[in-house]
Amino acid sequence: MDFGLSQDQQMLRDTVARCLADTCPLDHVRECAEGEASYSEKVQSALSELGITGMMVPEQHGGLGMTLLDAAVVAEQLAYAVAPVPFLASHVLAPIALAQAGNEQQQAEWLPQIASGKAQIAVAIAETIEVRDGAGVSCNGGKLNGTALFALDFTGAEAFLVADTAGRMHFVPADAPGLEKIPLTTTDRTRSVGEMRFETVAAEPLANDGGATAARLRDAGRVILAADSLGAGQAMIEKAVDYAGQREQFGRIIGSFQAVKHMCAEMAARHEPCRSLIWYAAHAFDAASDEATLAACHAKSHTGEVYRFVARTSTEVHGGMGFTDLLGLHYWFKRIGFDRQVLGGPEAVRAEAAARQGWTRAA
Amino acid sequence: MLVPTLLELGTEAQKRQWVEPTLKGEVVWCQGYSEPGAGSDLASLKTSARIENGEFVINGQKIWTSTAKQADMIFCLVRTEPDAPKHGGISYLIFSMDTPGIEVRPLKTMTGHAEFNETFFTDVRVPMDQIVGQRGQGWFVANATLGHERGMLGDPDALENRFQALVKLMQKERVGQGRAIDNAVLRDRLAALQAEVAAMKYNGMRILSDNLKGEPGGMAKLIVKLQSCELAHQISALAIDAMGEIGILYHGSNREREGGAWQWNYMFQLGLIIGGGTAQIQKNIIAERGLDMPREPKLAKPAPAEQGAAVAARQKQGAA
Repeated sequence: MDFGLSQDQQMLRDTVARCLADTCPLDHVRECAEGEASYSEKVQSALSELGITGMMVPEQHGGLGMTLLDAAVVAEQLAYAVAPVPFLASHVLAPIALAQAGNEQQQAEWLPQIASGKAQIAVAIAETIEVRDGAGVSCNGGKLNGTALFALDFTGAEAFLVADTAGRMHFVPADAPGLEKIPLTTTDRTRSVGEMRFETVAAEPLANDGGATAARLRDAGRVILAADSLGAGQAMIEKAVDYAGQREQFGRIIGSFQAVKHMCAEMAARHEPCRSLIWYAAHAFDAASDEATLAACHAKSHTGEVYRFVARTSTEVHGGMGFTDLLGLHYWFKRIGFDRQVLGGPEAVRAEAAARQGWTRAA
Repeated sequence: MLVPTLLELGTEAQKRQWVEPTLKGEVVWCQGYSEPGAGSDLASLKTSARIENGEFVINGQKIWTSTAKQADMIFCLVRTEPDAPKHGGISYLIFSMDTPGIEVRPLKTMTGHAEFNETFFTDVRVPMDQIVGQRGQGWFVANATLGHERGMLGDPDALENRFQALVKLMQKERVGQGRAIDNAVLRDRLAALQAEVAAMKYNGMRILSDNLKGEPGGMAKLIVKLQSCELAHQISALAIDAMGEIGILYHGSNREREGGAWQWNYMFQLGLIIGGGTAQIQKNIIAERGLDMPREPKLAKPAPAEQGAAVAARQKQGAA
């Protein structure tokens, strides 16, 4: 048994980390977050040179055909740098959906463009988990009607993959007649989400597989969001330890006070096992194991709790500075907040995990 | 715990004599570390071993010696160099529990049972070659053992077993017309614990994998005792909550479930959070060794005579 990252995966991690350290300093994140265009073309093009944009695209369509565990390794680094780039939907979920359920023409047209970073594809599956504000998209005679909320990697998307109320995925070009796109603004300015309103929009359906593709996307998306929190949490813990090692009060480095030290130890103690939990969940997805959905639920719900704790505790270790905009710690705090809520908060995901194991009384 | 320590630091003769019979279960050991006055500050231990006619002569008291009643042998920390600084005066001895001068008294705990003992030593004579490592190096040897104990107290399989037992309990336990597991709040707590158990299980696999590759366990290993003992306690706590009033039945009461095992676990696991290095000591270790954070500064405690001199000097300066 070898439970850990392969040499290749460690190299991938280090390469992406170096690329982001060069192209994505906090000043650049701030520029993007405070400006109009939330995603960074500079960082995105550096990543596409490394092949990251095509990592989940099959090789015959110009990608690298890598695994979800590889993508989790990258997601961790993106969050560590709070990189404002499309990734989760456009470069993980969309290629998985198209490769699994797209027709030949959709695959040939869009997968190479995703791989090269030319096309950004948004994904809207929120309503397959929880319906808010009466949203939902119905499909009648090939026409879509209704509303989809929280489409991911929204701004700048050339096309959308959207789930209907039966769980079937549809491909919709951004300029489809009858489609209205309304951006939603969240606390996390490093990622983009939006609302889609459909009025008899002609869409191209993906394979009718009884919701299997949407289910796969939920699993993959949850693992990637968990890995994102892992990277953001790692950054927040390192920053707290650094700060506590420099800041002096009462004539002492505050990191020598047990009250502060124990906060850092608690963060580290809760953080470290998440790494193994995420690796396992990603591996279970790649192996298409029966445990994949449950493992993804565990990874998503548990990291939701752990990193909420890390986000607030790291902020507290930083004292008043942690609360300022100047320090920028809040970019990681908000990234973690986004990861927790999107694709099901911990309670919703745990309810799903319980139902899956037959813990819920049959109605 | 003892076997890996002997393999690491014992003499060839000690390894030959003890490793095989211990692994076969022919020899049972107990641990003589903590003392009434030396818990978290273990290095302040006072049990002494003076040297007389080529033997160690041991006097003092140990506490929290589990299995002392059944043990054939003890590995024991004693002070052999009373004048050395506190960490430097300790030696690690191994000797038979049948040696004259040893008295074992059961120590009853909050669970109502005596899972531990107090062990008293009065002029216990031990041959000089029954030492692991050199004289005065016992602290180093003991820390090797403590590392193994931290790993043992956090056994992920035990967590998994307790968790599965909890699921069964919540499916079986009736509340009104339904089951405990039908309560959405309890079920949510159950699912949350399951995710944590899974995290510790895969963390354990990662440590095992690192060990096999000869890589240091690092942070993944340092956090096991703290996280696992807390998690085990939480599993028992949910079991008690799921049982409601039934949860407090104990001492073989009518209507008690599973022989009172959940209450026993709930209390005993609190003991394990404290034993083997308290949760607070674990956090110090994680912070200092894992995160490289500064140690608590030592309090400057000037002797009264020096204090007087300092005051006098200040007064003199003021006068000048």
